Amino acid sequence: MPHPTTHASSSIFNPAIVRPAIGSALAKLDPRVQIRNPVMFVVWVVSVLTTLLAVAGFVGKGEAGGYSPTLVLVIALWLWFTVLFANFAEAMAQGRGKAQAASLRKSKRDVTARKVRTGLWARGTGEKQRATDIGTLKTESVSGATLRKDDIVLVQAGDIIPGDGEVIEGVASVNESAVTGESAPVIREAGGDRSSVVGGTQVLSDWLIVRIAADPGSSFLDRMIAMVEGAKRQKTPNEIALDILLAALTITFLLACATLLPYSIYAVTQAKAADAGTTASPITVTVLVALLVCLIPTTIGGLLSAIRIAGMDRLVQANVIATSGRAVEAAGDVDVLLLDKTGTITFGNRMASAFYSVDGTTAEQLADAAQISSLADETPEGRSIVVLAKQKYNIRERDMHALGFDDKPASFVPFTANTRMSGVDLPVSTRYPQGRQIRKGSADAIEAYVSRMGGTPSVQAREIVNEVSKRGSTPLVVADGSGRTLGVIELKDIVKGGIAERFAELRRMGIKTVMITGDNPVTAAAIAAEAGVDDFLAQATPEAKLKLIREYQQGGRLVAMTGDGTNDAPALAQADVAVAMNSGTQAAKEAGNMVDLDSNPTKLIEIVRIGKQLLMTRGSLTTFSIANDVAKYFAIIPAAFMSTYPALGTLNIMRLNPETAILSSVVFNALIIVMLIPLALRGVKYRPVEASRLLGHNLLVYGVGGLIVPFVGIKVIDVLVNLLAFWN
Amino acid sequence: MNTLASAPVPAPTLAAITGAGVLQLLIYLAVLLALVKPLGWFMARVLEGKAGEAPLGLGRALGLLERGIYAICGVRTNAENRPVETGWKPYAAGILVFNALGFIAVFALQRLQHMLPANPAGLGSVEASSAFNTAISFATNTNWQGYGGESTMSYLTQMLGLGVQNVLSAATGIAVLAALIRGLARRSSATIGNCWADLTRVTLYILLPLSAVLALALVSQGVVQTFRGPQEVALIVPLSPATSDGVAVTTQTIPLGPAASQIAIKQLGTNGGGFFNVNSAHPLENPTALSNFLQALAILLIPAALCWTFGEMVRDRRQGWAVLAAMLVIFVPLLTAAYALEARGNPAIAAFGVDTTASLGELGGNMEGKEARFGVVNSALWAAATTAASNGSVNSMHDSFTPLGGLIPMWLMQLGEVVFGGAGSGLYGMLMFVIVAVFVAGLMVGRAPEYLGKKIEPFEMKMAMVCVLVPCAIVLVGTAVAVLIPEGNTTSNPGPHGFSQILYAFSSAGNNNGSAFAGLAANTPFYNIALGLAMWFSRFWIIVPVLAVAGSLAAKRVSPMTSGTLPTHTPVFVLMLVAVVVIVGALTFVPALALGPVVEHLQLVSK
Repeated sequence: MPHPTTHASSSIFNPAIVRPAIGSALAKLDPRVQIRNPVMFVVWVVSVLTTLLAVAGFVGKGEAGGYSPTLVLVIALWLWFTVLFANFAEAMAQGRGKAQAASLRKSKRDVTARKVRTGLWARGTGEKQRATDIGTLKTESVSGATLRKDDIVLVQAGDIIPGDGEVIEGVASVNESAVTGESAPVIREAGGDRSSVVGGTQVLSDWLIVRIAADPGSSFLDRMIAMVEGAKRQKTPNEIALDILLAALTITFLLACATLLPYSIYAVTQAKAADAGTTASPITVTVLVALLVCLIPTTIGGLLSAIRIAGMDRLVQANVIATSGRAVEAAGDVDVLLLDKTGTITFGNRMASAFYSVDGTTAEQLADAAQISSLADETPEGRSIVVLAKQKYNIRERDMHALGFDDKPASFVPFTANTRMSGVDLPVSTRYPQGRQIRKGSADAIEAYVSRMGGTPSVQAREIVNEVSKRGSTPLVVADGSGRTLGVIELKDIVKGGIAERFAELRRMGIKTVMITGDNPVTAAAIAAEAGVDDFLAQATPEAKLKLIREYQQGGRLVAMTGDGTNDAPALAQADVAVAMNSGTQAAKEAGNMVDLDSNPTKLIEIVRIGKQLLMTRGSLTTFSIANDVAKYFAIIPAAFMSTYPALGTLNIMRLNPETAILSSVVFNALIIVMLIPLALRGVKYRPVEASRLLGHNLLVYGVGGLIVPFVGIKVIDVLVNLLAFWN
Repeated sequence: MNTLASAPVPAPTLAAITGAGVLQLLIYLAVLLALVKPLGWFMARVLEGKAGEAPLGLGRALGLLERGIYAICGVRTNAENRPVETGWKPYAAGILVFNALGFIAVFALQRLQHMLPANPAGLGSVEASSAFNTAISFATNTNWQGYGGESTMSYLTQMLGLGVQNVLSAATGIAVLAALIRGLARRSSATIGNCWADLTRVTLYILLPLSAVLALALVSQGVVQTFRGPQEVALIVPLSPATSDGVAVTTQTIPLGPAASQIAIKQLGTNGGGFFNVNSAHPLENPTALSNFLQALAILLIPAALCWTFGEMVRDRRQGWAVLAAMLVIFVPLLTAAYALEARGNPAIAAFGVDTTASLGELGGNMEGKEARFGVVNSALWAAATTAASNGSVNSMHDSFTPLGGLIPMWLMQLGEVVFGGAGSGLYGMLMFVIVAVFVAGLMVGRAPEYLGKKIEPFEMKMAMVCVLVPCAIVLVGTAVAVLIPEGNTTSNPGPHGFSQILYAFSSAGNNNGSAFAGLAANTPFYNIALGLAMWFSRFWIIVPVLAVAGSLAAKRVSPMTSGTLPTHTPVFVLMLVAVVVIVGALTFVPALALGPVVEHLQLVSK
């Protein structure tokens, strides 16, 4: 989709984002920032400590039996890098969000609003003033920033809409590309489901009178900016639980490392007692600190906040705005998906698919009558009848006027809710000496019409109507003014291509799909079977939807739904993941916890994927981080106890230089954070397969991979470090 | 190894495992697994309060007894005469008070035993710090023994104090487990059971009948069960040369006592506190190969069967199998390794040219500190079983195992006593690891983690991590304190082996095992108090969080299984669980183990 701020295609390390991120990484060294992340705070503290040890070394007060001050300093530097790299990852994620926020903010420039004196526009007077010439409205010019909730403003062609609100008067085309990225203008009008407007969008034609729905600072754009900037930093329960796990692991390793000093002192005492001439010396604080930093889960700890921000960012790139991080995570857990039939599962419009003539009428005659009655019918159903007549019986399109006679044109009878029929009245002509009336409409309406015209309702037509209904199609009966039933047109709901596959994919993900429709149960069942949904709710009312959601939730399921109308609002508020269409009403948007800017009902599937990806990235990197520790032990333990127990050298299976093994481990530990930034930002790939297979796959990649990678990485770094040989 | 090659005697001098040895291990595992289902099923009935339906009028009779106990103890019952269930807090309070009373009773019995009956040897009051240590030890199902049974405890103390606590501490573990399982199985429930009813039922229907059967079987093998005091008997061949003061030794004092009854529950209840000082290496505590087999079987019997109980009670037997499978995946390789390492013998001895190969009439391998009637395979089996379960009884001296052979029992304890573990406590400990595994695995498949349909949230995570952290912290910090102060240095060997002895002691106490490495003089005020505190904290700082998790889970709704839910009975999940247990255990203790058994081994082979 053409989104002005989308940069999914651009490379992760875009210089425009990297440069400010470096500065920001340095700024984040502030301990008040660091303390929010316990794992990285530990690294921060020991970095300070090691730096002090290096300084002490340079003034001749270094640790006994320890490294040269230069080597201690280099280790200290790499510990600082560990903190910086984690900061950098977070800054990168924020930078990507900020870039998006900046372009959003551009559209939020202050505008002058024409505020209508509220005294002149009391609620409920709209109908009476519909015809009012808007020029006579008394307005005052105010700054858009001063508008409050319930203020009324007039927006004319070319104006920027000053704030989120609801259209209470007028119809206009609006360019919403600033928020949706979609350049085609949309229609906004009072009443109905297209009445909400977003601040910062531009009216292209006509005028609107808008009631402002939000106070300054809480508008839709404000929320969107806050979200993409990651300013909302409230942690989700899941993140808190992971924080607890990581903190507990950090404490465990802190204990394991801290107690190593007394153990080492004991070992040295024992060694000295056995052999007074031994050069054994206790483990140095530098080595302990390096071991600690290598063991605590810095990889996941350093990338955790980047993962969260990037998850939000991916959602924004999919043109979805969530009001809370919790909703995004919940999306990954959704068990039941409620989908509106129309627009989601089927194309919005039904198409004519067959003509069934009855009572001796030929199919051509029926097609001809149907075509004539539909020529002036500009509804998609009407158009499809004309198209079908041409395709099947080669009846070409005729001009309405050509059907007339003596300048008396044929007159089109439009559909009304009352008559539930439409049709055409042909004037008297050579072809039709008595003129001709043709009507098409629902079976009941046409039966009544036929009786009124003195005919008998056709039994055969009634049978066909039933059959068509059973197939999930809508029957339209055609009759003429002589009381004769000509036949039945089958209007078919066209199920979107590929939708059945998407539902199968959802089923593999463990998600049940439920189709919501106003159709009768027979039609609904047929469409449900064709689309491959698991269940359906027919003749759905807002109350029935709400009840269905509650039932699923009672059973412990997490329900997601999309909606756009005001009557969807209660169900949206009840659903765990509720995606409101941007084209929908303000009430729907307020009730949902996400807004889809593209107003694409199948977006839910995308949202579920993003939610899962967010959790998977966290879990996989946690596993990777912990699996890494095994190799680090093999690198550090032999080196750390070289002087006390040379026999431990056997464990040095990587054959590292004992002098540099610890440095190499610290360097690896820092670099792996940078290496994984792209993965953290992009997210672990999600494949819709069974959970057990997914676990097996991810365990293999991130668990077993996490065991092996550091063996290779540390060895390579050690070789490189030894080529430099600066520590002596 | 290179020095070995240049040894004067021809290779091979190191023994290897034998077919007969492997067969014994297989028979053991087969019998154990065969008993898992029947006993597990029965225990589930008991814990669900359905034991009263037992056939032959037995249920009715015991049911009367059960209700009588409730009436006497004032356990609140409802209209149907069933005990009133409570939430987790009253349950935990009950458990804590009950165990505190047990501690006081055992402490008082020891201090006052010289004034009480059933003391034929006329033993005096037990020293205060030792009595403190022992009282905690038996209240916490640790059964660490800083004392020698026959020379310290009167028969009354043994039976009324230690024997009773053997039953009650095991009942406590199973009761807490029952509460946790109910938490997992129930939906939106405010209660997790009645602790008094659970304690009573476990004691009455499970522990006492099983102990009675096993005690009789042991008596048939020659385990003593008598109130007669120690007997002085004439030596068949007088001991010469004479003792240091020049007197020839012609008689020997044979300690006796009501041993069989206590040994039965010592093994079944994963207690491990021996009647005699050398525990099940003593010929009157464990006289024959059959008694050894029965006792070794009893060590793992209840912990293994409880896995089935778990599956039965959560109405999904596969879950029980999965947990049992995870335990076996850790246990069997370690058991095999322990056997192989001991069967290989000691390279230092082999270097002298001693052939330690097993042959007919010749027990091979490292026989130092092992009983000739058990040999290497049964000693290794016992060592692995007793440390996998938090039993701690011994039939050989782990101190004399090869360094790596000794590492295995130590590491099995350090894993948190969750591979079988204590009666009840092993499985509830393992279920805490399951929570951690489910959390990480759940994230990896993109689902908010849940176990058996229950969402794992920050509270469960916090409690599970406390359960994982507490034993680790106690072992590491306790060892650190002991090696730093002179009071801690009571080891029998210098260097890494001495370090291993201290680390082993804290690993044992900090995980409520009670196994002793031997070699460390632990009956000192420092060790009595330090290990006493270690046992107390590691027992109850886990029980309380476990019950808190039970309460929190019980209150939750159950989400239905879908194909997106992570199944927790699959081989992949079992591997995940194993990885979590092993990696947490390994990562925490690798540095310490490296300075103890690992370096000792490396020094031994490089000599």
